[in-house]
Amino acid sequence: MEEFAALIDALVYTRSRNEKLRLIADYLRATPDPDRGWALAALSDGLDFPAVKSSTIRNLLKDRIDPVLWTLSRDFVGDTAETASLLWPAPEIAPSPPPVSETVELLNAMNRKSVLTELPKLLDRLDSSGRYALLKLATGGMRIGVSSRLAKTAFAQAFAVSVDDVEEYWHGLTPPYADLFTWAADGGEPPDIENLPTFRPFMLAHPLDETVVGLEDYAAEWKWDGIRVQLVRAGGESRLFSRSGDDISATFPEFLDALTMNAVLDGELLVRGNTQGGEAGGAASFNALQQRLGRKTVSKKMMQEYPAFIRLYDALLIEGEDLRPLPWTARRSRLEALASRLPDNHFDLSSVVAAADFEDLSRIRKASREDAIEGLMLKRKDSPYIAGRRVGYWYKWKRDPLLIDCVLMYAQRGSGKRSSFFSDYTFGCWDGDPDRGADLLPVGKAYSGFTDEELKKLDKHVRQNTINRFGPVRETDKSLVFEVAFDSVHESKRHKSGLAMRFPRIHRIRWDKPPHEADRIETLKKLIAD
Amino acid sequence: MAAPFSWIKPEPHGIYIPPADCWVDPSRAVDNALVTHGHADHARGGHGQTVATPETLAIMELRYRTGAQDEAGEIPHKAVPVQYGETIRLKGGVDATYIPAGHVLGSAQILLEHAGERVIVTGDYKRRADPTCPPFEVTPCDIFITEATFGLPVFEHPPIAEEMSKLLDRLAAHPDRCVLVGAYALGKAQRVIAELRAAGHRQPIYLHGAMEKMCRLYEEHGVDLGELRLVADVQKDDLRGHIVICPPSALNDRWSRRLPEPITAMASGWMRVRQRARQRNVELPLVISDHADWNELTRTIREVDAQENWITHGREDALLRWCQLHQRRAKALALVGYEEEDD
Repeated sequence: MEEFAALIDALVYTRSRNEKLRLIADYLRATPDPDRGWALAALSDGLDFPAVKSSTIRNLLKDRIDPVLWTLSRDFVGDTAETASLLWPAPEIAPSPPPVSETVELLNAMNRKSVLTELPKLLDRLDSSGRYALLKLATGGMRIGVSSRLAKTAFAQAFAVSVDDVEEYWHGLTPPYADLFTWAADGGEPPDIENLPTFRPFMLAHPLDETVVGLEDYAAEWKWDGIRVQLVRAGGESRLFSRSGDDISATFPEFLDALTMNAVLDGELLVRGNTQGGEAGGAASFNALQQRLGRKTVSKKMMQEYPAFIRLYDALLIEGEDLRPLPWTARRSRLEALASRLPDNHFDLSSVVAAADFEDLSRIRKASREDAIEGLMLKRKDSPYIAGRRVGYWYKWKRDPLLIDCVLMYAQRGSGKRSSFFSDYTFGCWDGDPDRGADLLPVGKAYSGFTDEELKKLDKHVRQNTINRFGPVRETDKSLVFEVAFDSVHESKRHKSGLAMRFPRIHRIRWDKPPHEADRIETLKKLIAD
Repeated sequence: MAAPFSWIKPEPHGIYIPPADCWVDPSRAVDNALVTHGHADHARGGHGQTVATPETLAIMELRYRTGAQDEAGEIPHKAVPVQYGETIRLKGGVDATYIPAGHVLGSAQILLEHAGERVIVTGDYKRRADPTCPPFEVTPCDIFITEATFGLPVFEHPPIAEEMSKLLDRLAAHPDRCVLVGAYALGKAQRVIAELRAAGHRQPIYLHGAMEKMCRLYEEHGVDLGELRLVADVQKDDLRGHIVICPPSALNDRWSRRLPEPITAMASGWMRVRQRARQRNVELPLVISDHADWNELTRTIREVDAQENWITHGREDALLRWCQLHQRRAKALALVGYEEEDD
């Protein structure tokens, strides 16, 4: 655990990507199996120990320190694991840190009851850095500036293998990745995943921004507002994965028998309707899809009321053949041929948008707001299907955001890089004429869109203009106006204003604007798309 | 007879003493100011008269040229020096005594006495040994007005010797690079240098230009800082294997590009929290503070044992809670203008 804790600390304080890669690669080469496999799992996807949750740590600490002091500390530090590692009373006996694999075994053996006696014993065996590493490892997400991709790249670098191969095998394997180390570190056979319904990393798009592309080289498709999914069938089993590779098959069981042939398909998960693109578009708003997301089980009624389907974008594998090296045009014709064999209640094909030239396409995009479509996708016709985001192949060209002036109402401290700053803002619009005593109603929350410099000023504003405290939440004096950008607004029962924004972010901070000049709820209501 | 302690009033811009028409550490210009120490958020320029220790006055003079006449040749600022342990009689029968606070050179707690009642304003303070200033003295009083910059139980400053070895070990491990230490220009920088000397580091230490005058001022007041050189006077290669000290604001700016692959360090109590260090892109966090940590704050409240504690700038919520838990009367003062300095 000492080496792992030292690695975590070094990573926390390292800025350079190359240096991070070197630190992880050195660790992976120097550490024996299975410790390094567990460490790799912790750094990439994170480990899951059902008995150890943030709330477990909170409860353990509240038995050892006044709950109010705990909450104030946690709120300032912005990270439960770190706060606990700092506040844990130093044990009287000298630390005797267990190896990573023993730690994992002990954590795995804990249940909800035993964790209350066993986790403290483990914490007592470690120093402050060790406690931090342990609690980070035990609760999943490390949040130390190392992405899953970076960890895999470091693995590839450590053993001089291709990171694309690592990505390819990754989702078919489980920690501590014995087969992966056998292959990469010891020159063994590559892991066999052909007959497993395994997630393959998505190809992603860059924003188009100022780039202009020629339509002789690029094909255009609509950017539908659902969630990107991958449907995989192999070894007699189907699975549906979300963009991050989470298995969401149980939430959408209708797709598990929908494919009869082995394939890996890329598409947009949508609900039938006529909001996006009208009758011809055939898709309901994101709001409708949201009714189905995040459920562990789903009733027949739900499936009938919100019938889901996949609008196909691409095919990665069909009947054992890997199509990814082929140009988009070739994959597209294979996809079209396949689509005609698929049941049309569960699938349709994302159509190609016809446009004479880029300017014509630009006009089409401008109309996409009225059609309630998110924008356009541009795909280079000769592009292979490559995991991740590569410059020049795929672009997303979203419609312009909507803007509205809101008043800052509440603020909360952020976590991770923004910890200890008030960085999460709830803002509102006037429910009538503010000069005649109308109130503000919250309409949304945003955590992004400002620079680090602006964040410092905002933090100071919140601290100096607090009028009320509700636990970690500060109510401010409603003196600051934000120009908020958002993609769309929908009716919602969750908020008092009856409205919910999609992707709100701070567009500009209007230090100059008096709050009574901010927008009213009615203005926002007129922008509702569904 | 006036109500108890009616002669002392916490206002948003400082502590006001009506019978003396005098302010302690006012955050805006006033006619009569008592100043605890030279940090900018406590010692503003532009007062009619400033009462402070000679060291603090020298620091203010350096920063604001307060003694100089303005262009019209009018209203020369009046500086009234008070030695540690010395008492000065203010208007309205108020006595002010300056007592070491252990924060930076010249820093003082101010004991105010009137009608048999005693109030201490600490300004900023710490309880650790500091080679650049005399230590904090525990003094009995009725009302203790304490700072709370690091008033959360997560703040525990490690022994400074540990942080010095961290710094010197890193330096030794990278003889072809330099270690750039961000340190507050008044107090922290000189303390770090003095502690490096105490740890046996005899090499010249290199300074960012903004550090020079304050270091010279410390030397004039008898603090030995060893050999100091300016970065501007040497070549890039001369800095390899050396320690460079700069203000925190210079850590990530263009200036640092002239240094040979600097390892970015910062000497601050905030470095105790990892994310704070990350926010400042610090690779080598040095937990060194000139403020009291949580244990020092609570210990001081216990030792001073005042009837009442008033808590000023910082994390007053938690210290207030501690006072409640330990049956000590306390309240938080909402003073404005005290920044979270780069301590």
